[in-house]
Amino acid sequence: MEIAVVDYKGGNVQSVLFALERLGAQATLTADPEILRKADKVLFPGEGEASSAMQALRAAGLDQVLPTLTQPFLGICLGMQLIGQHSEENDTPLLGLLPFAVRRFAADATHKVPHMGWNNLQALQGPLFAGLTDADHVYFVHSYYAPVGAYTIAESTHPAPFSAAVQHRNFYGVQFHTEKSGAVGTRILANFLNL
Amino acid sequence: MVKKRLIPCLDVRDGRTVKGIQFEGLRDAGDPIALAARYAQEGADELVFLDITATNQRRKPLTELVRDVARVLDIPFTVGGGISTVADVEALLLSGADKVSINSAALARPALIAELAGRFGSQCVVVAVDARLVDGEWQVMTRAGTVATGREAVAWCQEAAELGAGEILLTSMSHDGTKSGFALDLTRAVSDAVSIPVIASGGAGQASDFTDVFRAGGADAALAASIFHFNETGLPALKQYLHAEGIPVRL
Repeated sequence: MEIAVVDYKGGNVQSVLFALERLGAQATLTADPEILRKADKVLFPGEGEASSAMQALRAAGLDQVLPTLTQPFLGICLGMQLIGQHSEENDTPLLGLLPFAVRRFAADATHKVPHMGWNNLQALQGPLFAGLTDADHVYFVHSYYAPVGAYTIAESTHPAPFSAAVQHRNFYGVQFHTEKSGAVGTRILANFLNL
Repeated sequence: MVKKRLIPCLDVRDGRTVKGIQFEGLRDAGDPIALAARYAQEGADELVFLDITATNQRRKPLTELVRDVARVLDIPFTVGGGISTVADVEALLLSGADKVSINSAALARPALIAELAGRFGSQCVVVAVDARLVDGEWQVMTRAGTVATGREAVAWCQEAAELGAGEILLTSMSHDGTKSGFALDLTRAVSDAVSIPVIASGGAGQASDFTDVFRAGGADAALAASIFHFNETGLPALKQYLHAEGIPVRL
């Protein structure tokens, strides 16, 4: 199986590569449209700030390529947010593959921002979460979130429910770091590779 | 709801894990790769790896060792010690670290916090603060706790948060390695003063110390070394204890 990890200098990809390696999967880190189109699976990690990430995607021409992909595609963290319509983070237009607008969490006395740490998943749907339950925890680090909508396939709360995972056609996204979520994250990554 | 985190800390010198009391008198605590894997398997929520000799001897962190640890670790991994430039951070992230912890370099040049946050995102910038209680005031220390900065701890934490730090790793040098409990007043004061997560460190001796630092101290996470390395309190037993005490933890 050919696995491509999108390389757009958009944050720490080494953890994702190591997680794939632990699953025995060979992955290519690439920005080459041909390799991305031919891959069986595409992973799209992201960290940092939305407008710089979109700028880096445009500079590499990937803003035109990614929406045309037809194989299973997994956006991770900022990579999930970038497949939405628009982000409140520096008023940034996104790739527009899913119909959500990304908003900033409001901090209060007991709910800090960023939402950082292990939180449990709820309302799990579909094959990405095969074998998992509402008691399972994954690791989040983010200050912005996608609200719950028709595209939501898992929720978490901080303090209100938000999208922990989304899907439309072949485009999947997880807000949490599946590569850093212990055995639960490994299972989700393995489920994605088995789609 | 987000859970309270338990974070074993590996102080590493010359490729071995070591632990001292109030930053002195180091004793050997084992192979860092084996310890890291054991902690992840036992339910550690994150791992922190500090190259404790780096700043004083101006030696760069051991990127090879970082890579070997990152390869086996499926939980978040923070690396600190001797980090002073954007290039240092880039090298560590490329080796598989998820976050970096900066201390002396941030005190010498606070703008470094903003530069790192702008380049790599706040989520990977942990500002470590070593504080010592002197005449009733928490003073910030630098260069592995050897030099006083004249800064007050809560004010420095607030400044770091405003510059873009993603987390504060707050160590009470007055409690470090003493097993007398965490500095609850300091932890509470910082936790109330900043909106970013606070990791309390220094002084863990028994399970009830963790209940106290999460409840009275308001900490989001607790970091410890001795209590885990020397198998005094195992992570699974500690998590079960905290769960029974009503502290939200990942089991």
